[in-house]
Amino acid sequence: MGLEIVNDVRTDYVCDLVRNGKREDGRGFREYRDISIERDVIKRAEGSAHVKIGDTEVLVGVKVELGTPFPDTPDKGVIITNAELVPLASPKFESGPPNENSIQLARVVDRGIRGSETIDLDKLCIEEGEKVWMVFIDIHVLDDNGNLVDAAALGAITSLLNLRIPNERYGLTGENTLPMRDTPVAVTMVEIEGNILVDPSFDEGNAAASSVTVISNADGTLSGMQKSGSGGLKEAQIAEMVEIGIEKAGEIRKKYL
Amino acid sequence: MKEEIELIKEGKRLDGRGFDELRPIKIEVGVLKRADGSCYLELGDNKVIAAVYGPREMHPRHAQDAKMAVVKFRYNMAPFSTDDRKRPGPDRRSVEISKVCREAFNPVIMRELYPKMGIEVYVELLQSDAGTRTAGINAASIALADAGIPMKDLVSSIAVGKINGEVVLDLNAAEDNNGEADMPIAMIARTNTITALQMDGRMTQEEFGRGLKLAMGACHQIYELQRAALVTRYNQNYEGKSKREEE
Repeated sequence: MGLEIVNDVRTDYVCDLVRNGKREDGRGFREYRDISIERDVIKRAEGSAHVKIGDTEVLVGVKVELGTPFPDTPDKGVIITNAELVPLASPKFESGPPNENSIQLARVVDRGIRGSETIDLDKLCIEEGEKVWMVFIDIHVLDDNGNLVDAAALGAITSLLNLRIPNERYGLTGENTLPMRDTPVAVTMVEIEGNILVDPSFDEGNAAASSVTVISNADGTLSGMQKSGSGGLKEAQIAEMVEIGIEKAGEIRKKYL
Repeated sequence: MKEEIELIKEGKRLDGRGFDELRPIKIEVGVLKRADGSCYLELGDNKVIAAVYGPREMHPRHAQDAKMAVVKFRYNMAPFSTDDRKRPGPDRRSVEISKVCREAFNPVIMRELYPKMGIEVYVELLQSDAGTRTAGINAASIALADAGIPMKDLVSSIAVGKINGEVVLDLNAAEDNNGEADMPIAMIARTNTITALQMDGRMTQEEFGRGLKLAMGACHQIYELQRAALVTRYNQNYEGKSKREEE
């Protein structure tokens, strides 16, 4: 109960600031927090990245293993994305099976990568119907200070770009890098008091009725989108979010990927 | 996603529809006796049934909201609804869809009237043919109205997508499986407010804008069908109701 009242107060505070054209951390509405990315931080993973967006921290590790393909796609590799909201990352997270928030997080990140056909899955086939590379993208949230989706998506694409396929472990020869074709970047925005705010902080995320994640590629095409939250949006607002999303993704791609 | 499959022939889709044409929609209101509200809906080959219970005491109690009712939404596919048998129970896909659908209704349901209560919406897919969540939202919307839940308006839903490079309305299964993109939306028709939006696949910004307009237009069409179904049901209302009570 106590936490709920604090949340209400924080929400009022955030909305009040937005009405006056301000944000709690002094950013402009269209301003992203500072991003830092550390690559290859986990020795045991074939690819990994530690992403910080402001105080939000996400660790993404990618494991690559040989496995059998799905029966309906016998000549394609497999991507499996999973997210864990571990209790260390927030007082709101509890241990236990994945809940709808962690499932949504994983599925939105997955959608961006799949939609843009980032990885050429045909090239991950070793032996049709028998052996393919399986790429497991695991998102581990370390500190939730808002906008987990963008951090997770950035961690995933960074990990994939720097990944080494463990051919030697299986006595195989071949390319050690993943057949990458694109670099999808997710940009999340929230609507508060009729304004669009890029890269919501934790309190902004709670205060907003709706948030929209726009995932776009190097050529400006869209490869995934998700509205979340219990509010409604107008066509013009969504169009504006798409515009901003593509623009911000371009900036992030240029600077960090 | 394969490009080589031909889904458009001579300007028509394989099922004979134009690019901006909906599949046939059939709606029946109040089909279940025990539920407080219900609806059976067909969208092409999708067959879906929705039931609403409540407002009633919210369980578990710790999930109650002291200020407003909590909406529970369960989207579930019957094991026999798909080509390959679907393992019963919630999977990751249905958990996400349930969340998105619930959020699509939160803006219209007057939850503040029923603090601490739960409003439960159950959607069962009996036969699926792509666009199941949109069919489910359309049915749930009518079931909520049938249950007498105070709402600001109905919610209408449809998907647009991209097949063979063309933006088209309301993909069927063949189009969804072999198309380039799929974008389901839900909308409050009266105010043109979008309450759900997802996009899967790849499209340009221009195609997205065009698709969104197409879907919004179709939501107005669906809204009229939903309204008509409710009016039909409640015109024969008193007769229907008393017949129910006699039984």
